[in-house]
Amino acid sequence: MIRVGVVGASGYAGGELLRLLLSHPQVEVTQATSESSAGKYLYQLHPHLRGRTTLRFVGQAGLTPCDLLFLALPHGEAQARIAEYAALAPRLIDLSADFRLRDAAVYAAAYGEPHRAPEWLPRFVYGLPEINRAALIGADKASGVGCNATATILALWALIRAGMLPLDQPIIVDLKVGSSEAGRTPTESSHHPARSGVVRPFALTGHRHEAEVRQAFADCGALDVRMAITSVELVRGAAAAAHVTLPTGLAEKDIWAAYRSAFSAKPFVRIVHEKSGVFRHPEPRVVAGTNYADVGWEYDPETGRAVLLCAIDNLGKGAAGSAVQCMNLMCGFDETDGLTFGGFYP
Amino acid sequence: MNTAICPECGAKISIPADALQHELITCPDCGAELEIISLNPPELALAPQVEEDWGE
Repeated sequence: MIRVGVVGASGYAGGELLRLLLSHPQVEVTQATSESSAGKYLYQLHPHLRGRTTLRFVGQAGLTPCDLLFLALPHGEAQARIAEYAALAPRLIDLSADFRLRDAAVYAAAYGEPHRAPEWLPRFVYGLPEINRAALIGADKASGVGCNATATILALWALIRAGMLPLDQPIIVDLKVGSSEAGRTPTESSHHPARSGVVRPFALTGHRHEAEVRQAFADCGALDVRMAITSVELVRGAAAAAHVTLPTGLAEKDIWAAYRSAFSAKPFVRIVHEKSGVFRHPEPRVVAGTNYADVGWEYDPETGRAVLLCAIDNLGKGAAGSAVQCMNLMCGFDETDGLTFGGFYP
Repeated sequence: MNTAICPECGAKISIPADALQHELITCPDCGAELEIISLNPPELALAPQVEEDWGE
């Protein structure tokens, strides 16, 4: 049993993290911080945690040493105080974008400002277990993952790794995403009368997660990936559809073999490519509340045109679920501890 | 229990010991409807399906 704290626990990712950790067989949650809600019970911000814990939020000044600290702060805040957090716990997992990119210049280009602790970047392991499991085993610091980057990486992973997807083409990734991606702080665009029912394109070029995707495939060569995000009527969920051209004449069995090779040993990736029925392809609704990523494809052997698919819960596999999976690998627990529940339907 | 290969996706499928020739089974991986066209050796073929139009 390890003692765990969550810094910045008032946000949606922090709340999801607490939900997972409070059911984890190897974890005792000892502290959760929120500056604005210090003194309140956790359930007062996260109503689904009522009856699950008697913990109250504390301010960061009240943090005490523990075995592992999760940082679920807004982007830019963890890097400003990373040395203080490292002094409190031998293991850190940061859910923000602060330590995902290895190169400070790439970070500055993607996020529009210089990194404030670039010397810490190489100390963090990129925290997507499906592509970085070996490096995470026994690591003491892991980054979080971008939700849209996660959906994109997993959509592309099998065929790029199999050498079946020629990289001399722009890869256009259309993502439909839910409102929780925008975080807990209300804005004019998230106001219910303005947000409800939308199919709202909001980041059609230059999405900052493109740098994260390129980094994930850096050893394969330069990847011309272009993400286009559209807000849809979901609270949780990100659905990626990567439009690519494959060689013509591939057999379905060959594509299946590539996906099986990539994911058969990955406990939270499911291949969804059904011949019949309604749920032939991955859908975010099916993975809501879980750490699963469903992947699939559609392929036209005559033209080579293909669409590579992935659906995740942006707060699950795209944030807190992957972070808990990282903790399991870092601490020597079973990779699936605390994460094996399914979703709900209908 | 014998196994056969799904002609659609290549999955290894267990054939129940009491299966009959021409029996229909479903591939657990890709959901294809399959007909057992031979028991010895076990062999599967895609069964004809009613196409769905998804309302499009």
